[in-house]
Amino acid sequence: MTDASLSTLPPALANPRKPARFALARRTIITPILLSLLILAVAIVTVMTGSRPFNQAMIDIMVRVVLVVGLYIFIGNSGVLSFGHIGFTCLGAYAAAWLTINPLMKKTSLPGLPSFLLEARLPYWQSAIIAALFAGLAALIFGKVLMRLSGIAASIATFAVLAMINTIYSNWESVTGATSSVVGIPIVRVIWPYVGAAIVAIFIAWGHAISRSGLALRAARDEPTAAAASGVDIPKERLIAFAISGVIMGLGGAATAHSIGVVTPDTFYLGLTFITLAMLVVGGMSSLSGAVIGVLLLSALIQALRWLEAGVPLGSTTFALPKGLQEIALGVIMIVILALRPAGLIGNREITLFRVNRNK
Amino acid sequence: MLQIVFDSLSLGSLYALGALGIALIFGVMRLVNFAHGDVIAFSIFALLWPSTDAMAIVFAGQLPWYLLIPFVLLVGAGLSVLCEIVVFRRFRRANPATMMIASFALGFVIRYFLLMLFTSRPKSISLLPMLSQPVEIFGARLPLLQLITIIATVIILIGLTLFLRRTRFGLEMRAAAENFSMARMLGIRANRVIMGAFALSGALAGAIAMIFGSQTGTVDIQMGASIMLMAFIATVIGGLGSLAGAVLAGFLLGAASVIMQVVLPVDARPFRDAFVYGAVILVLLFRPQGLIAARGTKERV
Repeated sequence: MTDASLSTLPPALANPRKPARFALARRTIITPILLSLLILAVAIVTVMTGSRPFNQAMIDIMVRVVLVVGLYIFIGNSGVLSFGHIGFTCLGAYAAAWLTINPLMKKTSLPGLPSFLLEARLPYWQSAIIAALFAGLAALIFGKVLMRLSGIAASIATFAVLAMINTIYSNWESVTGATSSVVGIPIVRVIWPYVGAAIVAIFIAWGHAISRSGLALRAARDEPTAAAASGVDIPKERLIAFAISGVIMGLGGAATAHSIGVVTPDTFYLGLTFITLAMLVVGGMSSLSGAVIGVLLLSALIQALRWLEAGVPLGSTTFALPKGLQEIALGVIMIVILALRPAGLIGNREITLFRVNRNK
Repeated sequence: MLQIVFDSLSLGSLYALGALGIALIFGVMRLVNFAHGDVIAFSIFALLWPSTDAMAIVFAGQLPWYLLIPFVLLVGAGLSVLCEIVVFRRFRRANPATMMIASFALGFVIRYFLLMLFTSRPKSISLLPMLSQPVEIFGARLPLLQLITIIATVIILIGLTLFLRRTRFGLEMRAAAENFSMARMLGIRANRVIMGAFALSGALAGAIAMIFGSQTGTVDIQMGASIMLMAFIATVIGGLGSLAGAVLAGFLLGAASVIMQVVLPVDARPFRDAFVYGAVILVLLFRPQGLIAARGTKERV
């Protein structure tokens, strides 16, 4: 971005003409299109194999694409690490559960819900939209406070948000069923809604990244002092990104709820935080392509390790990894990748059709 | 009333020691060490023999107390230094976010290593059983352990202060915390100071493990996580990089937790931690830079 505008500076000075209105959009739209095609390709292959466990695994991947793209919107563009986003996923998942479980079941299992929620029984796509907006609202409220902090302090304070949401949802017996699982969420086994959610998330992330606010935020990430001096209101731009990513995390939460049909508070705690952050960082924290590719790569790796953990027949004996090694291997691989490539596999570039473009 | 004071002091001691361990490392290398909680868990598990039973098979735990305590402290310090040499040394030049993720991953590796050896079931263990008898002080009956926790913390804090103020190594460490590159230019060896900070922080983790293990009577691979979270929050409230702030905020958090436990209505008690976190966010609203802002943490231009 900066390079391009610098090189065209002299003619622009001679002839102060505004750049074509959607020039930036036209130049960068190829990235989300390519990423969506990649995801569609994965989905089509899945449908063609017709195997049910494979289908479920691919649905999990689509859900994670939504979550990691949601993380990218805030972390990638602002450069501030957040550990609290899975809390918004938790909010979204429970909101989706409240809206879609059969009212008869809700009356016995979650009697503390307000009556409009008790009677509600929406189709899954409506509940997903409401869940996403609910999580976004929560992110807006929390963000209003958190975004005043400096980078590292904000990161740790987001941890407090995660722990706070987890404490509330693990103890509020009548509304969230405390630590026992909430069952009866209608399960959607077709892959297309999840593919749709992933593509929507990718396009929202792209739209935000090329918006005025997204550009200002990335400028503040790279040169905070210069950006502030040029009139970028850093807390405000961070807050916008935080709220948008909260919406996407809520959407991801609703998708998680509908993909497995059960929610517990501990599904949305440190484990998921770690996995999603790992995917984002390994792929490349400040790149949308990095987010998507990180999900695909690490999901494949996790799947392979799970397969090894379950045991592989090797001649007459079965070769199986001891339990827990999957996580250890994942952690070690992450550390190695970070040590070798601190900016992630993709770095801060994006995939485009003609060449790998530097996205600054 | 006195009971509340002692409860909050002993809980606050744990948080303060944890916060101190995190602030020490943050001071010298701007690393927020998420593996700290798992170092705590590891140093207590080092006393046990790997097994899957609920009753712990004590291995080094049968040592007399004057050997047991140094053993746990050494395990903590050793693991912490090992983490530095194997992992964090590679990240000296990385930005804080990358280091934070790396430490998060390292903590995960340590935790699942413990899980592999000991399973995730909590185990009961009786460490230093003679400490659980109650004693009577000013008309309040307290477990001896609580008293010892507080005294031990005070001794550790005084010792650490003396160490940082009076010894050459302490001076180097404080100089490095203030301005690392300047300190290096003046001839302070970076590796030595950083390893010293990791060793101290690991020994503090060992101390927490001892205290927490003997207080609860159980060990659990998750046990470090809750203390660590509070300790992190204490370092932020105290002002990142400020050791005094970390200790002060640790005690404040302990007091806030105990007071809320007493004051809150019974229905709201399970949500105690949520209230504490909420209070933390409120404090940060008014003092975003922490209670005691450290020098040298603000980026210069």
